[in-house]
Amino acid sequence: MTVFKARDDKDVLEAVSWAVSEKSALELLCGGGQRALGRPLQTADTLDLSGLAGIRLYEPAELVLGAGPATSRQTILQALDGADQMMAFEPVDLGPLYGRDPGQGSIGGIFSLNLAGPRRLKAGAARDHLLGFQAVSGRAEMFKSGGRVVKNVTGYDLSKLMAGSFGTLAALTDVTFKVMPKPEKTWTALVYGLEAAQAIGAMSAAMNSPHEVSSAGFVPADLAPKSAVSRISQSGQSVTAIRIEGPGPSVSERVMEIKKMLAEFGPTDELHSTNSNLFWAEMRDALYLVAPMERAVWRISVPPRDGAAVLAAIASRHQVSYFFDWAGGLIWLAVAPGVDAAATDIRASFAACGGHATLIRAPAEVRAAVPVFQPLGTAGLALSQRIKASFDPENILNPGRMHGDI
Amino acid sequence: MLMPKPSQEIIAKRSAIVAALQAIVPGEGVITSDDEMRAYETDGLSAYRQMPLVVTLPETPEQVAAVLAYCAGAGVKVVPRGSGTSLSGGALPLADGVILGLGKFNRILDVDYENRCAVVQPGVTNLAITHAVQSEGFYYAPDPSSQIACSIGGNVAENAGGVHCLKYGLTTNNLLGLQLATLDGEIMRIGGRHLDSGGYDLMGLLTGSEGLLGVVTEVTVRILRKPTTARAVLIGFPSSEAAGETVAAVIGAGIIPGGMEMMDNPAINAAEDFVNAGYPRDAQALLIVELDGPKIEVDFLIDRVRQIAEGKGATTLRVSESEAERDSFWAGRKSAFPAVGRISPDYMCMDGTIPRQALPEILKRMAEMSNRHGLRVANVFHAGDGNLHPLILFDANQPGQLERAEAFGADILKSCVELGGVLTGEHGVGIEKRDLMGEMFTEADLAQQQRVKCAFDPDGLLNPGKVFPNLHRCAELGRMHVQRGQLPFPDIPRF
Repeated sequence: MTVFKARDDKDVLEAVSWAVSEKSALELLCGGGQRALGRPLQTADTLDLSGLAGIRLYEPAELVLGAGPATSRQTILQALDGADQMMAFEPVDLGPLYGRDPGQGSIGGIFSLNLAGPRRLKAGAARDHLLGFQAVSGRAEMFKSGGRVVKNVTGYDLSKLMAGSFGTLAALTDVTFKVMPKPEKTWTALVYGLEAAQAIGAMSAAMNSPHEVSSAGFVPADLAPKSAVSRISQSGQSVTAIRIEGPGPSVSERVMEIKKMLAEFGPTDELHSTNSNLFWAEMRDALYLVAPMERAVWRISVPPRDGAAVLAAIASRHQVSYFFDWAGGLIWLAVAPGVDAAATDIRASFAACGGHATLIRAPAEVRAAVPVFQPLGTAGLALSQRIKASFDPENILNPGRMHGDI
Repeated sequence: MLMPKPSQEIIAKRSAIVAALQAIVPGEGVITSDDEMRAYETDGLSAYRQMPLVVTLPETPEQVAAVLAYCAGAGVKVVPRGSGTSLSGGALPLADGVILGLGKFNRILDVDYENRCAVVQPGVTNLAITHAVQSEGFYYAPDPSSQIACSIGGNVAENAGGVHCLKYGLTTNNLLGLQLATLDGEIMRIGGRHLDSGGYDLMGLLTGSEGLLGVVTEVTVRILRKPTTARAVLIGFPSSEAAGETVAAVIGAGIIPGGMEMMDNPAINAAEDFVNAGYPRDAQALLIVELDGPKIEVDFLIDRVRQIAEGKGATTLRVSESEAERDSFWAGRKSAFPAVGRISPDYMCMDGTIPRQALPEILKRMAEMSNRHGLRVANVFHAGDGNLHPLILFDANQPGQLERAEAFGADILKSCVELGGVLTGEHGVGIEKRDLMGEMFTEADLAQQQRVKCAFDPDGLLNPGKVFPNLHRCAELGRMHVQRGQLPFPDIPRF
């Protein structure tokens, strides 16, 4: 097993050229932060991109940042903090779920996973923010797509394809993405003591109001004590949370309106900026499900209205811990790993309403045995294989990370 | 504009092709007479015209899939068409190709307020979606200026934008699901009413693919609750630099307006002549900044924008105090194209994007180009996102003027790329910017895009001649040219 440590894009090209001519697969690493997600790889060699780090371009007034794929999350966040800006899609930090310290990982990993946090509802996913990239394909060719401006329909939007492709199409050598101003103030309206189905109703009412809700989540009574926010941990009840962001006077008024509106559901309360930020970060990184470490963790996306019913169907057959994000459209769920981490029942639970489930955490043998990602239909799989082959005909890059040989 | 050479062999088989299509799409679903086909010979880029081989108007996804499968088997080219409002020639027919019109897919299938989405057929117009949900206080956010006529299927094909996409995103950011018919006759569902499907983001790839990959037969869009308040500020500046600095400062202050539009002096005066909007005729640049959201927030931010603009030397500034006044601010901007149409026999609308800060520079260059080409230009911009719409004024009846206008347009777009921008922000490449793709992309960049097309369309039958300057066979694109590599960088440590 050889690790090729690339210093620049030419090294990446050279390493992939070699692998193509040897027909020998490579595992791509930007620091390895996300290695625990996806199907375990068995490649002969590793291409380490950690040398391709550093911010190349940051123009706050243009809302754009460009960086090497291995630029650390911390480096990017520090630069953004300095200009009071953020990645609006709130990249999930999976470190704690895998038993590592928070704050690790790289920007290339963030886009390769396309995971978005609670603000997904309002601001979109990682894929909505990737404006352009440069990469070396599995054909050992350097290419680029997109640019540094938001309004761009010049050619196919390959950035969308690259986001969430887990390094199976090309090795990123540079990414350019959109950044946004941080909200001046972030408050959260709370409703205590709801059941899951009631919480879906309350979140839907808030989402359908004109108050520009940026996030809506629900933590059941059994997980609430795990919160670092005392109002939540000491409530002794479930908590339904509605996030409101914006300029100061607007935020306080809208939170008041939301509380008035949701008072019919149960007793209300509010969190101000510090506690709000703490709470939504817990929800983003699924901190409530970190322990016990041996449990498998799923991330299930369904139509928001169906969140409670899907959860009930799973819970009727398995002992689970869970919470809702995305107004009920995202279920984070922990279950005993068993042989298949309840994959069959979980995927059956949303067959009627549509959705997809990703096995975020599980022992390698479980991840090797069950599809980590939502299985594709016959036509979808065939098309995805042809797309993979259009970038990587010899199946050199992260083969088998996602589906079958993709 | 050179289109792929029509196949005489296919043209000779026209009657057999018509009969096969009639078997798939019965009744009046196949149009063959010249008189009736005339309606399809061009789109919003009306300088180019071409009669199609035949037009078919299927009514069900199964018929669309069957038409595609038949054409794939028979080696017949297909040009998908929505409402035909493309400004880049995306729906321009081919002499040896079938026009596959989606006009009969005009039903709204479901409005789902609990999941905040609407399921519609692709021929439904953009504005009809908002009309269907506005009674409940909702709307569909992307608002291309052709929204009264353009179809949602066409919006997906072109990734349409509009005035509000600075805050609310383009089409691609407002979709949840698609149903797609492919050339092999499959009908696929991508996404649904949930967010972020697993696997490759096929929906993101298809959006803006200009009808080259498949035919969308159903669209699920997100709908949003309409903001309670919208107010606009109309600001005149003595220079485009001051207006450009104001745009940057507004965004720098953390304010993302619902819309931020700029017009230059020729556009201001053309609009003023046309609709008497009360624009300051002597201003060198005019900004319309619209804030929307909760009332208290809008009032608060309007005040900040006012302070910023005054600090940058605004000479006139009016804040809308009523819906009627806000509409009047927009009246001139919204009529800018017809207004320019009145002062010139013809005009050509360009569509580049630049980084916002390059606005004064591109304006300077355009003034110089205007002198060089001997043609006038008026400018309207989506200033918030750097998307330019220069209107080049010319007279097609004067020999050589069309060619000069096209050369002027190409120069503008090349400058956009030089300044860090792109060839097209929202109108698409189509045939119009096809031959400029090399200004922005290398051969390797374009070859990779075309290989993606091969994954959907191995024989190059879907909308050929659009987007890519050179057509290559998929077999040729697939060939690998990798030299036998040495062990990589042997001079550095490996582990």
